[in-house]
Amino acid sequence: MPQEYLKESASQTAGPFLHIGMYPSAAGLPIRTQEKPNVVASPSIEGERIRIEGYIYDGGGNLVTDAQIELWQANSHGKYNHPEDNQDKPLNPDFKGWGRAVTDFETGLYWFETIKPGSVPGPGAQPMAPHVSLWICARGINIGLHTRMYFSDEEQANAGDPILNAVEKGPRQQALVGQRSSGDGLVTYRFNIYLQGENETPFFDI
Amino acid sequence: MNARGNWFIRDRGIQPPADHPQYKSTVLRAPKKSLLSLQQTLSEKTGPVFGHSDLDPLDDDMIRNAVVDREPIGERTIVHGYVLDQNGRPVPHTLLEVWQANAGGRYRHVNDNTIAEIDPNFSGFGRCMTDENGYYSFRTIRPGPYPWRNSPNEWRPAHIHYSLFGEAFTTRLITQMYFEGDPLIPFCPIVSSIPDEGARQRLVAKLDLEETIPMDALAYRFDIVLRGRRSTPFENRMEGN
Repeated sequence: MPQEYLKESASQTAGPFLHIGMYPSAAGLPIRTQEKPNVVASPSIEGERIRIEGYIYDGGGNLVTDAQIELWQANSHGKYNHPEDNQDKPLNPDFKGWGRAVTDFETGLYWFETIKPGSVPGPGAQPMAPHVSLWICARGINIGLHTRMYFSDEEQANAGDPILNAVEKGPRQQALVGQRSSGDGLVTYRFNIYLQGENETPFFDI
Repeated sequence: MNARGNWFIRDRGIQPPADHPQYKSTVLRAPKKSLLSLQQTLSEKTGPVFGHSDLDPLDDDMIRNAVVDREPIGERTIVHGYVLDQNGRPVPHTLLEVWQANAGGRYRHVNDNTIAEIDPNFSGFGRCMTDENGYYSFRTIRPGPYPWRNSPNEWRPAHIHYSLFGEAFTTRLITQMYFEGDPLIPFCPIVSSIPDEGARQRLVAKLDLEETIPMDALAYRFDIVLRGRRSTPFENRMEGN
């Protein structure tokens, strides 16, 4: 008999009322109203200030208006605020690098305010292009979906990224790249997520 | 910190598939393409760290944390247990977020319009952290079962939603806890999305008579297992390296 291990607990959908536990102000609860979990970086944090926004679509082209999306990223130097990142790079303890946003009940829009991350090493110490990790849960999603967003103005770095290169070239790869625009002095990356269908976003088993 | 190994590959045989047509909401929300298998990098092996500054004093007591003029109606209940990894080691100092319906089966949520009334003294919002031994507990009102639109006559068994982080972004998990003896469990299409009977049973909390508080609260025991990781730091070689 091979060595036995405990089994991971089974996942279950977060359901339509996930906001109560994870984003109570969106549920309409009069608690934690001062928390802004989609503001990842306060103004004092070093780095290029950016906004990431988009919509989540189901396989019928409908907006998903009851989803939550979580973000995990390195700081502008490419260092994670986590004990396992022992790179010799500056770390600001005030920047956790984590956030969560919910899609608006009416418009479906989600958005984060953050800073653009630096490059972190990937497999075999090969540098990865700057990216944020994303994790999506909602009613009808039985187990959370992992993906990444890369940055459209990092063409050269993206071309050498080992994870992007594991994805078929063309639309599948492009589906992982947020499109940069700037207006009113605000840099915005548009990143739509397609749960199913022709434009389905690549999701990861990690 | 010493180098540590990769997280175990997720056992998809005990996890619900994305598509489970009996749970109708999955039909248009389930990805159809294969998940891409990636080597874990620093981006996956790290994750947010939370602390007691993320908690308010009454977060672990849903009997008291939303009281306006009296305590909420329903069965006073303690839920407790351990968060372990697949190696059987405790997961210390990790955040749990829990949410649930009230005793009548109604969520305090702007989008819930089920027939049962809101209890103005109950929010269904709770948070706690495991201690250094991976132990957690919170106090609540036992949630009621409730009807929902899936098949024409569909009922959810009583349940509490759990969100857990663990030590890395890879260990993130959302699940639900059910109550021993609930006759609705075998009929629930969300429960039956889990393909393995043992895995379904492990989401059912056991009545824990030793931990009850006489003349006050019943207790249920619910342990959770997050992904484990290899003990050795040896990595597989990338092609071409």
